[in-house]
Amino acid sequence: MTLATEILGYARTDGRKGIRNLIVVAYLVECAHHVALEIAYPFRERGVHLIGFGGCYPNEYADRMMRQLCTHPNVGGVLLVSLGCESFDRRGLARAVRDSGRPVETLVIQEEGGTRKTVGQGRAWIESTLAALEATLRQPIGIDELVVGTICGGSDATSGLTANPAIGRAFDLLVAQGAAAIFEETGELIGCEHIMAARASNEALGGVLLAAVEKAARYYTVLGHGSFAPGNADGGLTTQEEKSMGAYSKSGSSHISGLIKPGDVPTTGGLYLLDVVPDGEVRFGFPNINDNAEIAELIACGSHLILFSTGRGSVVGSAISPVIKVCANPETFQRMGDDMDVNAGRILDGTATLDEVGREIYDLTVATAQGSQTASESLGHQEFVLTYKSFDPIGPACLPLPAQAGV
Amino acid sequence: MNDDRLLLLSSADNVCVAIQTIERGSSLAIGGDLLQVEERIPLGFKVAARDIAVSETIIKYGAPIGSATRAISTGSMVHVHNMKSDYLPTYKPKVHARHDPRD
Repeated sequence: MTLATEILGYARTDGRKGIRNLIVVAYLVECAHHVALEIAYPFRERGVHLIGFGGCYPNEYADRMMRQLCTHPNVGGVLLVSLGCESFDRRGLARAVRDSGRPVETLVIQEEGGTRKTVGQGRAWIESTLAALEATLRQPIGIDELVVGTICGGSDATSGLTANPAIGRAFDLLVAQGAAAIFEETGELIGCEHIMAARASNEALGGVLLAAVEKAARYYTVLGHGSFAPGNADGGLTTQEEKSMGAYSKSGSSHISGLIKPGDVPTTGGLYLLDVVPDGEVRFGFPNINDNAEIAELIACGSHLILFSTGRGSVVGSAISPVIKVCANPETFQRMGDDMDVNAGRILDGTATLDEVGREIYDLTVATAQGSQTASESLGHQEFVLTYKSFDPIGPACLPLPAQAGV
Repeated sequence: MNDDRLLLLSSADNVCVAIQTIERGSSLAIGGDLLQVEERIPLGFKVAARDIAVSETIIKYGAPIGSATRAISTGSMVHVHNMKSDYLPTYKPKVHARHDPRD
């Protein structure tokens, strides 16, 4: 590896390595949201991010998501803010964070004596923990230790022509070097499930991938969502499989190594499908209520950073992991360039090829891992959403066997 | 060498995508030929990169996206009038030829 591509990460005692060294302030019910925000806000440009779960009722999925997010390799310390009477298992979460070797503190507003006292306690803890984090051990991270997720949001007719296939090229480069790359949105893969299943590294996994898309099709049918709309044909898309291929092209052309669900961290490098559609009967509404709910799930699967494809122009970033925005539409880039990291629309005016933009996305992924700020980071974007869901654990066919690593 | 207004997404594809609107009557370089465009091809629409026979699979992104319902000549637009979906939700994977996307 040349010096220019060396990434100096933050070593965690659980053996994982981060590309950021953040403190997360996590509220455990909406009633503690404001207090947590007041604690975190003065430190927002010093690497303190706010996350949380708004619900008062218990939910295994939310519990697991919060544990995975609070022990994410980009996170160096955690402050939990509880009202006191919500049902979230704050002790279990604090224990998981402590067991991971990270500093953790829990403030219970009802015990601290209200808003003002809790905010004061929280800010003092953050000041001292920020100082302690400066001593975090730095260690080189190989590309083969990176986990990268991808998502599209605010898509238009150009997304499937430029940004999505260019991200696919970057995914191919990352996977070839042993990184774990995660794509998702099974609901948008309806119509290309057989094409996708043919890319599975073994037949059993192919069946699992088909079943995941069939589940998504059933789920969205219950919610009253059609897949191929007449308007799609006006934009030049002819078939269901063609439409889905546009979103699917973000996955590149590597073999698919496994299927994971929110909170599962890939066991080895390779390309993974994240199944975001809940298991069992339809409840709690839409699988993911917006792009940031999906980004949070990709991050809970260990994504160090996210490649976000947009045509119409999204501005979001995320708490915990940097978001690289790849703009598909050159006109959108003209209008909203400050919010974008890559102008994939150059493919449309012939000034760059798909391969060149794919390489640029790859290089920017490395630079971001080395510490350079993405557009959304420099603009202070730290969006975060977590809602109710339910999942069954993944089955034995979902993950590659150790002998298959890198297949 | 194809016209700059056409994008071939994968080397396996038999259709290109127009990356800007191509007006009727303009000339188009494709597959070694210089053709006269017979219909307006808007941005994002597909153009046959070579002659395609009836029932032949249409390949875009290196993947099958449907099949031709009539013979399509090089440079013609490919859309609902000359191709159809092969997608069936009940389709069994074993009847689908295993294809290597890297081909």
